[in-house]
Amino acid sequence: MKVSSSNFKSNARQALDDKQLQSALNHVRNNFISKRSKARLDLPEFDALRDNARAIKDHTLEHLDFYLEHYERKVVESGGKVHWAADAVEARGIIMDICRKTNAKTVTKGKSMISEEISLNEFLAANSIIPVETDLGEYIIQLRGENPSHIIAPAVHLNIDQVRDEFRKAHTHLSPNRPMNEPETLLGEAREILRGKFLTAELGITGANFLVAETGSSLIVTNEGNGDLTQILPRVHVVLASIDKIVPTLEDLAQITRVLARSATGQEITVYSTLSTGPRRKEDEDGPEEYHVVLLDNGRSSMLGTEFSEMLRCIRCGACMNHCPVYQAVGGHAYGWVYPGPMGAVLTPSLIGVDKAGHLPNASTFCGRCEAVCPMRIPLPKMMRSWREREFEQHLVPPAHRKNLALWAWLAKHRRLYRLTTGLAARILAIRGGLSKRINKLPMAEGWTKHRILPAPEGATFMKLYRRRLRKGR
Amino acid sequence: MSSREQILKKIKGSLRKTQTVHTSDEQRNQAVLARINQHPRGIIPARTSLSRQDLLYHFCEKVKASEASCKIVESYEKAGIEIQKFLRQHNLPQLVRIGTDQRLNKLGWENEPPQLLIGPSDGQDLVCVSHAQYGVSETGTLVMTSGPENPTTLNFLPETHIILLNKKNLQESYEDSWAALRQRYGKEKLPRTVNMITGPSRSADIEQTLILGAHGPLRLHVIVIDGK
Ligand code: SF4
Repeated sequence: MKVSSSNFKSNARQALDDKQLQSALNHVRNNFISKRSKARLDLPEFDALRDNARAIKDHTLEHLDFYLEHYERKVVESGGKVHWAADAVEARGIIMDICRKTNAKTVTKGKSMISEEISLNEFLAANSIIPVETDLGEYIIQLRGENPSHIIAPAVHLNIDQVRDEFRKAHTHLSPNRPMNEPETLLGEAREILRGKFLTAELGITGANFLVAETGSSLIVTNEGNGDLTQILPRVHVVLASIDKIVPTLEDLAQITRVLARSATGQEITVYSTLSTGPRRKEDEDGPEEYHVVLLDNGRSSMLGTEFSEMLRCIRCGACMNHCPVYQAVGGHAYGWVYPGPMGAVLTPSLIGVDKAGHLPNASTFCGRCEAVCPMRIPLPKMMRSWREREFEQHLVPPAHRKNLALWAWLAKHRRLYRLTTGLAARILAIRGGLSKRINKLPMAEGWTKHRILPAPEGATFMKLYRRRLRKGR
Repeated sequence: MSSREQILKKIKGSLRKTQTVHTSDEQRNQAVLARINQHPRGIIPARTSLSRQDLLYHFCEKVKASEASCKIVESYEKAGIEIQKFLRQHNLPQLVRIGTDQRLNKLGWENEPPQLLIGPSDGQDLVCVSHAQYGVSETGTLVMTSGPENPTTLNFLPETHIILLNKKNLQESYEDSWAALRQRYGKEKLPRTVNMITGPSRSADIEQTLILGAHGPLRLHVIVIDGK
């Protein structure tokens, strides 16, 4: 996927002006938050489970090399194959190789963010293999030639009219006058078309929510059942997963899945949680004949042991973006790469470099809600601050910003001058605000006031009030 | 150096940087083997510390909360009759696909028995009947294991899926099912597929509106055999 993270500012500006997008984002604002909060209240052990999930993942990361080796051994014992890929190029090459050996023409796909990370669809298509996304949201955005805007609800930026238009354009074999008003009929149409693909594809690619070292199993969770049809119907099943997906045992898996669905959609458990271990057995009458795992590093092993190591605990639940005021305002596409929201603001610079990720670590109000809801207790704001510092140190901050910051720093060090300036500024703003006490436009801060109204300051600065109170002896 | 060696070496190198107390690779390897061997249970929600009978009611409540239906019957004979009744109620043909699970031979029928198709599904079946390995009361989840007894395709291809569960196999938590699976399949082993199913398939990808019946079944009916 092309990276446009360095355009965050202009992307965000466009997003704020996009009326359709803004109405679609209401679904994020209204839905996810209340559902998670209810699920949390329904399980008194929720926070204790979060602590345990965090401890399990920390332990796993500290022993990652040995867990990976154990996992590999178990996959091989069950008749599967593990392919290690250092980066995106290698992972794509491995998959292409398996496709060739399978003689695959159509490949069905379960939702996988790693597949987005390595731009697999573009690559397969360029090699004359048709990739078919089967998650409804992924299917819709694939038709539109878009990337997901949310890690668990990829089409959350769209409304039903856009889906209808897309289906009308794509499904030309159906009558143009068919009824298409209800979401149910649209889903039925997609189900019908994708059923055909499931039954003809030679190879299915899924991601993995977790890899279990104890048994060499991959676990996927879906509500639609598309991931399951992707892995049981074609002759070959390929699991594409990054090395941080490992958990030690089935018990550890159960601990973490208890917080996953609740944090993501507010469900107690996703409809389908499926453990797959190797290819079909001698006695089986269905299931894939070959089982491959592509284990991708792509920069993760270098994150270990750094201040960003804790990011590897992430289980991709999406809670941090659902609760993020910046994400809620601009949606996922503005972030310009695969991973949006606070987790993206930390992960993107780690994986593709802080120079390319540009403004992302600044796409935060530092309100701290992301950390408060993260089931794996990842200190996202702290890590965003670390990236900001690195960005500044590496002189990646635009010169105008640097100058303003330097000026402010100088001013802040000179107490009296600082108070004088801020006091003056407050008075000017109060006058500008006039009777309405509102400021719609502010020179040098148009970016800020374009989409918000700045309340004009009333009365004195904090320091003035403070001194006045001290004098009154209160 | 292969990518495998390269990645493992990098991980070891990165981990060494952060170690405050020195732990040798051998010690770390032992810690891994010990955890896998002991597979410690973590926190188990207290909600399922119930009597056997209440565990069953809790299970059924959770099944219903997942948008599936749940019926308790006394015997396999009655379970068959319940299947027939369910098919009639939903205006479905008396034609079902099943696997070779021996327990299904005990199903009893009233009047004309339904026509049974045996073996995996090719996507043409309206109704499939499977036998669950376990049920988890905590969330109303059914644990299905692959094999000719209950082929995995039966869980996903039909529009209507009927799952039977023997109350003897009802567990409190997922952890209890893992223990039972280990007993049955051996240490560190699983059948090709273990499906944990909680409700019929669904999608909320169009404007976050929840719609039942995505790629898997639209309707899920659970029949628990509570043999006294
Ligand atoms: S950072 Fe935390 S909240 Fe965000 S997706 Fe990852 S686990 Fe979920």
